[in-house]
Amino acid sequence: MTLISYVVIYLALLVFAIAVIARFIMWSRLPMHLRWELYPVAHEASRAHYGGSYFEESEWWTKPREKSMVGELKAMIPEIVFLVALKEHNPKLWVRSFPFHFGLYLAAAWAVLMGIHGFLAAVAPALLAGVIGTLLKYAIVASGAAGMGLAILGAVGLLHRRLSDPELRDFTTPADIFNLLFFIAVFGLTLATFFTVDRAFSKFTFLVHNLVTFKMEALPGSGLESLLPQASLVMLSLLIAYIPLTHMSHFVGKYFAYHAIRWKDDPNLRGGKEEAVIHKLLAQPIDWAAPHIKGDGKKTWVDAATEEVKRSKKT
Amino acid sequence: MRKLFTPENNWTFLQPLLMSMEHCARCHTCSEACHVYEESGRDPLYRPAYRSEIFRRIYHKYIINGSTFSHGDVDLNWKTVSRLIELAYRCNLCRRCAQTCPIGADNALLAREIRKVASQEMGITSKECHDDGSMLQLTVGSSTGMNALVVKDNLEFIDEDTSEKTGIKVETPWDKEGADILLLHNAGEIMAWPENPGAFAVLLNAAGLSWTLSSDIAAYDGINYGVWYDDVQFARVAILHAQAAKKLKVKKIVIGECGHAHKALTVIADKVLTGDLNIPRESAFTVLHEIVKSGRIKFDKSRNDFPVTLHDPCNVVRLMGIVRPQREIIKAIVPENRYHPMTPEGIHNYCCGGGSGFAIMSGHNFSDWRHHVAGRRKFRQILEAFQGEPMDKDHPKYVCAPCSNCKGQIRDIIKYYEAWEKAGIHYGGLVELMVNAMVDAKPGYIDWEWH
Ligand code: SF4
Ligand code: SF4
Repeated sequence: MTLISYVVIYLALLVFAIAVIARFIMWSRLPMHLRWELYPVAHEASRAHYGGSYFEESEWWTKPREKSMVGELKAMIPEIVFLVALKEHNPKLWVRSFPFHFGLYLAAAWAVLMGIHGFLAAVAPALLAGVIGTLLKYAIVASGAAGMGLAILGAVGLLHRRLSDPELRDFTTPADIFNLLFFIAVFGLTLATFFTVDRAFSKFTFLVHNLVTFKMEALPGSGLESLLPQASLVMLSLLIAYIPLTHMSHFVGKYFAYHAIRWKDDPNLRGGKEEAVIHKLLAQPIDWAAPHIKGDGKKTWVDAATEEVKRSKKT
Repeated sequence: MRKLFTPENNWTFLQPLLMSMEHCARCHTCSEACHVYEESGRDPLYRPAYRSEIFRRIYHKYIINGSTFSHGDVDLNWKTVSRLIELAYRCNLCRRCAQTCPIGADNALLAREIRKVASQEMGITSKECHDDGSMLQLTVGSSTGMNALVVKDNLEFIDEDTSEKTGIKVETPWDKEGADILLLHNAGEIMAWPENPGAFAVLLNAAGLSWTLSSDIAAYDGINYGVWYDDVQFARVAILHAQAAKKLKVKKIVIGECGHAHKALTVIADKVLTGDLNIPRESAFTVLHEIVKSGRIKFDKSRNDFPVTLHDPCNVVRLMGIVRPQREIIKAIVPENRYHPMTPEGIHNYCCGGGSGFAIMSGHNFSDWRHHVAGRRKFRQILEAFQGEPMDKDHPKYVCAPCSNCKGQIRDIIKYYEAWEKAGIHYGGLVELMVNAMVDAKPGYIDWEWH
């Protein structure tokens, strides 16, 4: 049983990693698109606060461009941590969504802290005997319990809203319900384990230590004491694997939504490196069938855009 | 629809499209931002995410064979398709909803992609955008139907009229090779609001700028309706604009008071025009702002001693980030206590209700819908901006709408709600307001009684 648990967890983590990397690759390999920015653009250092852009400068192409990384971070960090856009535009949803997401961050921190603990136990056990070890233990308990508690609270709130708000009902798919129930069930199981058999998350830490060091040792103890932590960890890993396979992978997509679309305002300057890319894109064939295009799979974008246009009788 | 998802056929918008197809939490945060949804009495049909959701369901079920458990179900039939296309033409493409989406999904983009697949594959589109719009522009020269001769003739009248009105001799230069600026007007101005091109000529001449108009096909009309529904039509027009500029060897193209023309040529065409067609493009607002800053023209604010509010065209402001120049100009030509900003304003402003081609559409009962639903929020914003002012015809008020399409829409709602007769609300562009305050011009450039 223990061995199967370890294998399942490893596989699940692998699925997560592959799915996230695959998404990153998928989004970054897509061809250059026409510009579609939306203001405010956060890297417009002195203009971002009112949504201005370099187009406000006369002969902007002759002026140095302000591009502030700090500006982007100033917009991104509050957005990621506190979901500020949602707070501003949909406060009713935010009171549910924020605890859910913040709970997830804490739960992720909990997993990372246990990983660190496991790593230190393997390479510097003496460190764990001191203050660092104690702090780490407290942090693990606090982040795990608070994180999962908050996430459950948020998920129940979101579920309640989905089921009770008639405006949302038509837009709710079975998967939306399932996803929230999945979170509630897995975090519920983990919290139940915490309260009943593992008040210090020490059994979880033990299992994570084994995962980090590839030991695959059985958890000491018997019955629920051993079963519950293993089951919780297996379920948590399945949840982790599941997330990037669904639209919940928006944590990857959102990065590109901002950096590759909303804030992507780099101009194509004459003789610049983008022109060659554009030539290639325009040389691609199209097969749009409408009468004003008559793409045949051979006609390229350049052909279609530069051919003489004739109005049909209808027009 | 499959073609929309191939990099060859749709490299132009594939990434933004996929982003919005993959990610929507169906949370409806975007609904609150949409004036069409709100002013329709919150009709679920007009939820920004509604048409997107149907489109996504079709995509997941029929294009990528995804599970209906995850993505929901829909039956694909003509009724669904035709209603979806119709719904795509009930969105102003203003992207106010996209600003609020916590995930980064963009319902306006999806509405445009629906319009696109309908146009590029099925040849289904709005007559005003296509047959009487981009096709007319590509074949005759302008969506107004004016050929080069007619447009030159009209401009001659405008020059005469403007000279008389201002007391300043005005001559519009045509096809001047080597000029610094090729000015692109929306030709609708020439037909419907001649005082706008007239005012441009006065200001550019008075500032001593070297500029010209082009009489080449499509180049005397800055519009590019493809930006609302069709990438191929879009590229065709953008290339003609750039070719005209190349032929005249101008240093830059300046786009007049037309929002979608701004976005089309400056932002969207940025990744289409290369080499010697990649001629710098700039907004008229920044050129005008430079004129004001330079002090080359003297303005007397007291000539604009009436309440003024400013409408922000979505294409210029939310979608290009040009927010301040037009405000700085207003500061220089309108007494401070006479300027009444709209709420919200700037990049958070509401669409006039005429965006994405609506201002030129009027078939069946579309105008009613445009006045009652799409334009209602803007009308309310205008009324609120003038709150506290005496609301009658003896106290004229000016809605400055520096975009032809917005101006058309605002003209229509003012007329529909009888806002001039009942409250003295008039509208016009920015350059008219500038010439109205120009010390060297005869006073009274704005014609209040003209509609
Ligand atoms: S588009 Fe964005 S705001 Fe609208 S429902 Fe989808 S996730 Fe929510
Ligand atoms: S783009 Fe504008 S009109 Fe269209 S759905 Fe969004 S907010 Fe509404």
